[in-house]
Amino acid sequence: MTQQFYVSPEQLMKDRADFARKGIARGRSVVVISCQDGIALVAENPSPSLHKIGEIYDKIAFAAVGKYNEFESLRQAGVRYADVRGYSYDREDVTARGLASVYAQSLGAVFTAEQKPFEVELAVAEVGPTPELDHLYRLTFDGSIADEHGFIVMGGQAERVSAVIAEGWRPSLRFAGAVRLATSGLSSSADQAADQGEAGATLPAKAVEVAVLDRQSETSRGFRRAFRRLNDADITALLAEED
Amino acid sequence: MQETTANQVAGNATSSFTEHLQRDRPDLLPYNRAMPVAAAAAPLQVPHATTIVAMSYGGGVLMAGDRRATMGNVIASRHIEKVFPADRYSVLGIAGTAGIAIDLTRLFQVELEHYEKIEGTLLSLDGKANRLGAMIRGNLPMALQGLAVVPLFAGFDTTAGVGRLFSYDVTGGRYEEREHHTVGSGSVFARGALKKLWRPNLAEAEAVSVAVESLYDAADDDSATGGPDPVRQLWPVVYTVNRDGARRIPESELAGVAGRIIEARSAERREA
Repeated sequence: MTQQFYVSPEQLMKDRADFARKGIARGRSVVVISCQDGIALVAENPSPSLHKIGEIYDKIAFAAVGKYNEFESLRQAGVRYADVRGYSYDREDVTARGLASVYAQSLGAVFTAEQKPFEVELAVAEVGPTPELDHLYRLTFDGSIADEHGFIVMGGQAERVSAVIAEGWRPSLRFAGAVRLATSGLSSSADQAADQGEAGATLPAKAVEVAVLDRQSETSRGFRRAFRRLNDADITALLAEED
Repeated sequence: MQETTANQVAGNATSSFTEHLQRDRPDLLPYNRAMPVAAAAAPLQVPHATTIVAMSYGGGVLMAGDRRATMGNVIASRHIEKVFPADRYSVLGIAGTAGIAIDLTRLFQVELEHYEKIEGTLLSLDGKANRLGAMIRGNLPMALQGLAVVPLFAGFDTTAGVGRLFSYDVTGGRYEEREHHTVGSGSVFARGALKKLWRPNLAEAEAVSVAVESLYDAADDDSATGGPDPVRQLWPVVYTVNRDGARRIPESELAGVAGRIIEARSAERREA
């Protein structure tokens, strides 16, 4: 039998964390912004069918960066968790806090117990009746959970994108303003990556995936489900809209 | 080794909420319950939901249900609702044991929404109708003990661009109906009325009136079906489904329709 080399727990955890961080840094970014109309989720994603943003429940949405197969399985697990909970108790008993804590536990368990940690970062967003009651949770690969205020930026160029968003974010933004801010943030990182250096050039509608959690979905559209995915035409119209 | 992992993952991948419950939380399913043998001998006294009518009209389908649940000779509820939206483009109505039927409806609603969220697309209308049939079949052991549920399903087929209507039997058999159909204790009387009142390509408002009148006739001859109740301001529940989705007809509109029918019948001063 071969003797295993001793590796200190500190080193082991550090190696795993570095591995996961590297995987996440390769991916494109996702921005989640809470604003007056609700919550806007914007991802840089050229695929029209492999989504990074998904609906979990009536008022709850999910956004992720990293490896598709890993966050897709987490998204499906989240939908199952929420549907079972809503079916066995009541629809209003499904909360983003409960879902985020389940995600934190599973990510934590995978990080410590499995061969390789998940190379993903997740955001769980719940829209409330007023912007103060919105909940944004950020979950990282090791199971840490953070309660964010206003906006979340995740993925490869998170710091650069975050700087742009932080500068432009106001609670009074409408959807048009929030989506425009998010795309300008995302394109600032895309420019840098392509070394174009042309500031202010925004991504075309085809290259972004946008979904919103509509705060007034019940009164304005008559739907309990606040989640709405925007198609290319919707995005172009929204970006052209005046504030 | 890898083979088994792959098989496991594929085996676990399901878009069906019912399948997921069956595997992980079978206690939450409305059926799947072993009943004591004694229960079969003496059927339970539980609320029963009654008459549902459905019909096609120009542009879509319509479903309506009365508001009464009975328990033997007693009226268990005057307010019960038996027609529900299943998702954006379909509705279902239920007759039979009210408790199980309402839970089955809830399960069916979650089933459709769950599929939509996991797959990112709506289930086809035939797919929805088949899922409902499978659920009714799941309830067969309880149906044999007297706790049957018989639904009626209607929806708009977005690919074909037409409204379609499905009826079921207790074994889960699914039958596509043309023109119109009724289920429940007052169904024979409602069906008789529909045969005289229904015509192809009714306008939506006419179809609503025909549905309310057929329920009026059912309530006239079946004690378990409730008619329009002007004293308590209770009207049937009516849903229409067309290209724009399912819509519940507002109470105020139904009050007007029911009022006109009662007025016409009073004016005729006839016995039947």
